[in-house]
Amino acid sequence: MNKSGKLIEKSFVVAAVFCAALTILVFVFMMIMSLPLFKGGLFFSLIKSPWNPEKGVFGIYPMLIGTGLIVLLSLCWAFPICLGSSALISVIAPPAFSNFFKKIIQMMTGIPTVIYGFVGVFLLVPFIREMFEAGTGMNILSASLMLAMVISPTMIIIFTESFQNIPPSYTAAVDALGGSAVQKLIYVILPCSWRGILSGLTLSLGRAMGDTLIALMLAGNAVAVPDSIFDSARALTSHIALVIAADFDSNEFRSIFTCGLVLYTFTTLLIVLVRFLGKESLKDK
Amino acid sequence: MINIKIERKFYLIGFLVLLIFCMASFSWAGALDIFNAEKGEIKISGGTAHIPVMKTVAEKIITYNNDINISIAGGGSGVGIKQVGEGLVDIGNSGRKPKDEEISKYNLKMFKWAIDGVGVVVNPENTVKSLSSQQLVDVFSGKIDNWKSIGGIDKKINIYTRDNSSGTREVFWKKGLNKGDISKKANFVVSNGAMKSAVANDPYGIGYVSVGHIDESVLPVSLDGILPNEENVQNGSYKIARGLYSNTKGDPQGIVKKFIDYLFTPDGQQIVVKQGFISVKSE
Repeated sequence: MNKSGKLIEKSFVVAAVFCAALTILVFVFMMIMSLPLFKGGLFFSLIKSPWNPEKGVFGIYPMLIGTGLIVLLSLCWAFPICLGSSALISVIAPPAFSNFFKKIIQMMTGIPTVIYGFVGVFLLVPFIREMFEAGTGMNILSASLMLAMVISPTMIIIFTESFQNIPPSYTAAVDALGGSAVQKLIYVILPCSWRGILSGLTLSLGRAMGDTLIALMLAGNAVAVPDSIFDSARALTSHIALVIAADFDSNEFRSIFTCGLVLYTFTTLLIVLVRFLGKESLKDK
Repeated sequence: MINIKIERKFYLIGFLVLLIFCMASFSWAGALDIFNAEKGEIKISGGTAHIPVMKTVAEKIITYNNDINISIAGGGSGVGIKQVGEGLVDIGNSGRKPKDEEISKYNLKMFKWAIDGVGVVVNPENTVKSLSSQQLVDVFSGKIDNWKSIGGIDKKINIYTRDNSSGTREVFWKKGLNKGDISKKANFVVSNGAMKSAVANDPYGIGYVSVGHIDESVLPVSLDGILPNEENVQNGSYKIARGLYSNTKGDPQGIVKKFIDYLFTPDGQQIVVKQGFISVKSE
């Protein structure tokens, strides 16, 4: 009994170490592959310059801006909606309704991204094009709206879970004081679960940044630096997907490692930052 | 990579459906005799213009002898050449002649089995039905950015283009635009099929596809008065044309060789013509 317990424990450790090693190995691989880029500061000039393969310039500045705008905008759309939905599920709505609603949200996480992309191409894009007279309709706005929908289920589930993790004595105290559900939400639940909200936001941000298909199908993939949210833009991820077919030995191909490295570093930094912030304010309490 | 995967999925599904249909009808085929008692798998990827022909040929072969498996993926000419060179697929299709360094690096053998034009297309609702070469260059460079200036309605022109691994883009850029700039505001799509559906869905869009792909969902635009169709490509009056190549790493062997041989038989060339391309035999 004890022996098998130890065996199981060991196999879990091996699995955990393997996962961690894989993450680090990917980073090492990216570093090695993009090593030639660091010679002579090419990496930094690539980040600043435009993409113009005909003239031998393989900068990724437009894609950086593209990814940034699409991701931030999609978080702006998704955050209030997700917060509201989670409040509805865990506090306000009657249990029968919230259970049903939760089931639907859980089902949404299982829908393949390409389906959202499809719906976007045939319903959202023509609508945006006619509504705002906005070029092809394949632009930052369309992509960010659809992306918001893709990241929402995860966000809602994490929010709801953190709402439900609050000690029942706290919420019971509000009930005892005669507080309404909304008061409970504003004065007890939200302040107590801000860390859950933060981690939900971070995970969704990572998901939004890593998503390739939505941006590839809906953002139009133009290589110009976007001036407004009605302009077509190319995300770092879709850029990798589009350029990966280039000759393996070309500079064009090497430059996509810059994209990968930027994506990787940025997500890592973000997660570290959020963890750090979370710890700091815990000490304050 | 993702776009390739999706495409493969689509084609696989379409393929399976067609396969079932084909099973029902037994086809007589003298030229298919070479596939008697053969077994194995042929993996094909690359040029998206080639896919209709590849699919039809594959269906015929599989119906004739279902011990043979054929998988067809897209990805673009660049992907085709790269994957065949790296040994990932047996046949890499390209809508352009592989470059000399590609041929020597990968020891490629090329088989040009059809000629194809690249036609400019707009949405069927569009009233602009012809352009001069200069207008075409100006539209794609972004110098002309409103349909009104070339006889259409007062709407911005939406340009669609393909990524750099596309053979269709290469030929269009060289022979249609004289290597002129393509506007940075242009939207990128990943295959001939995607180009067609983008333009079919956008009343103000303009793009370019393989002539074999033109159907009623898009409107071909005549260039200097010459319509991009099979006849004009064949007699040489329509200039934006290229060969369709299937490439193998070294000399093809076994069923891969037979597959390519079949493309050059009268039956194979008939399929080529049926799909809207020009037979190499009638050159």
